[in-house]
Amino acid sequence: MKFTVFILLVMVSSLVNAQESASSSVPDTLEQRVKPCTICHGDEDRAGRDAYYPRIAGKPAGYLFNQLRNFRDGRRYYQAMAILLENLSDEYLLEIAHYFSSLKYPYPEPTMNTLSPEETQAVETLIHSGDPERDIPACSACHGKALMGVEPFIPSLLGLPHAYVAAQFGGWRNGGIMRGQTPDCMSEIARKMTQEEVNALAMWLPTQPVTGEPAEAEKLTPELAQRCHTILSGEGFTQ
Amino acid sequence: MKLSNKFGFAGKQRIAVFAAITLLPLSSVAASQLSADRDTEQVQRGEYLARAGNCMGCHTTRGGKPYAGGRELVTPFGKFVTPNITPDNETGIGHWNEEDFWQALHYGKGRDGSYLYPVFPYTEYTKVTRQDANAIFAYLRSLTPVAQTNPPHKITSPYDNQFLLFLWRTWYFKEGVYEPDNSKSEEWNRGNYLVQGLGHCNACHTPRNVWGASQDDKLAGGEIMGTYWYAPSLISHREAGMGEWSVDEIAKLLSTGVTDHAVTSGPMATIVRQSLQYLSKDDMHAVAVYLQSLGEKRGEEAPRKIPPMPERVSRYLALGEPVYVKHCQECHGKSGEGVPGTYPPLAGNRSVTMTSPLNTIRSVLYGGFSPATTGNSRPYGMPPFQHIIRDNEIAWVVSYIRNAWGNFGSLVSPEDVDSSRGNEF
Repeated sequence: MKFTVFILLVMVSSLVNAQESASSSVPDTLEQRVKPCTICHGDEDRAGRDAYYPRIAGKPAGYLFNQLRNFRDGRRYYQAMAILLENLSDEYLLEIAHYFSSLKYPYPEPTMNTLSPEETQAVETLIHSGDPERDIPACSACHGKALMGVEPFIPSLLGLPHAYVAAQFGGWRNGGIMRGQTPDCMSEIARKMTQEEVNALAMWLPTQPVTGEPAEAEKLTPELAQRCHTILSGEGFTQ
Repeated sequence: MKLSNKFGFAGKQRIAVFAAITLLPLSSVAASQLSADRDTEQVQRGEYLARAGNCMGCHTTRGGKPYAGGRELVTPFGKFVTPNITPDNETGIGHWNEEDFWQALHYGKGRDGSYLYPVFPYTEYTKVTRQDANAIFAYLRSLTPVAQTNPPHKITSPYDNQFLLFLWRTWYFKEGVYEPDNSKSEEWNRGNYLVQGLGHCNACHTPRNVWGASQDDKLAGGEIMGTYWYAPSLISHREAGMGEWSVDEIAKLLSTGVTDHAVTSGPMATIVRQSLQYLSKDDMHAVAVYLQSLGEKRGEEAPRKIPPMPERVSRYLALGEPVYVKHCQECHGKSGEGVPGTYPPLAGNRSVTMTSPLNTIRSVLYGGFSPATTGNSRPYGMPPFQHIIRDNEIAWVVSYIRNAWGNFGSLVSPEDVDSSRGNEF
């Protein structure tokens, strides 16, 4: 008798459990939690009605962490992101940054290079040597020899569409990307470049195939590390 | 013996005096240690109270230094800029003493005796005890001074006139520390003190008249000045009145930001994150007991009759259904049932059906996460739809959810959607 009651109880409780799991069928995952992000930020860059939604998958975690905090705290100005992130903690943003960083989606195919040989030459000089006369460092000095970024704070320059690169340069030149965060090295560098150079860079970068891995952190010279210290200081960042 | 005669001491007393003299330095060390402990205790108590009052909420800009002020508060009477309340001598309250602070908090008067604008809620803070005020002041004094000069207020004429402010105070300001209602429990009184005093809940949850004055201490709900949010009534059972909730559920919502049936959003989510989650268990319980007592009970009231729907209206609502199915159903469910503790139900959700559709529209436009709190550190969230669907589709879908599954609410137009947009920073 006791045994029958026990069996009945087990059956009832398993039924209750089954019902509970049916009504709460939401996966307890970060993927489910970041749905508010992925409605815009998908597996590739996308232009929306009012804004450009870059792919954030695979970008360095420290870089994403800094951007998330910059948006939340109003240093990088975009109202939609500021409102969305308003009540999230640093710890949670760090977890979200690591999640997107770990996603590996295929990169877009390189585009055709439509620049003239002279223009290509000029861009490649800028990329690999910079212009010491105007105090413009080589892109590769910070973004790595392979231009694949430097872990964990500096993003790759490859696999980005022309529109995104052009828009970012526009933002830096107008002070639109970072507010009140000085010194912001990219603003300062972008202002030293001519519009033609910016255009050519934005055309050239997407022609490069995405190969290689992000470089390790210690590659930056002390001078550049000083110049870009706001970008490299990810207080609270952990691997 | 001679000595003892001279001073009139007996032998035993002499030993006592000797002991007292020898031990004096020791005991004074102990006393100063004791007062240092008391100071630390007061500072800690002050920190707790400053959080309970969410001083930081206004006295910090987005991403700015805590308590250094500079946040703009937009009102119909002008733009106010919150002051720096760190103990910096030049730009903060470095020269203030306890009495100055009390004058501000309790009487709404500046250090120079001028009347303060009630955008600083001294109308509520006046209920705070002197002891609590002193603790908050001790905490503010313990902060690292931040040198930050904030821009001046931009007050619209004629409201920049101190005499008008004097008249306003005569009319609307009732000075006085909270007096317990002895017919109620100690806990209820503690809750009342926190809600109506330090917590200044009715800075938002109240209708305001044309002079910006709140309606005594009634938490009857109102649009929040300078924001595009509606702070629902904490009395009405059609809004956020909690008369029929359990005390535990109220406490859970306010300390974690989410329960099986409700989530906090917009400015309330921010209050939960910045302030309420840090309340002690006892204080949160007291707040919940008090709020529960405020809420009216539906009681025997007959359920509201839903009038038959004119053809025109049902055609309009039908436009919203496909939008719902496409964008909302995945999380909020086929019948608006939601997922307990994760995605709020929409069926029977008072925030969806209450007279003002503002909060629902804004939730669709801007989305948002429930606040990240100790009790809910990895919240789920709602995507912003302002870039995904157009104003007319938002109007359709909000009208639809306000009237589906037994819900009953007014229809929303694309113009309502557009006028719900607002830039808060």
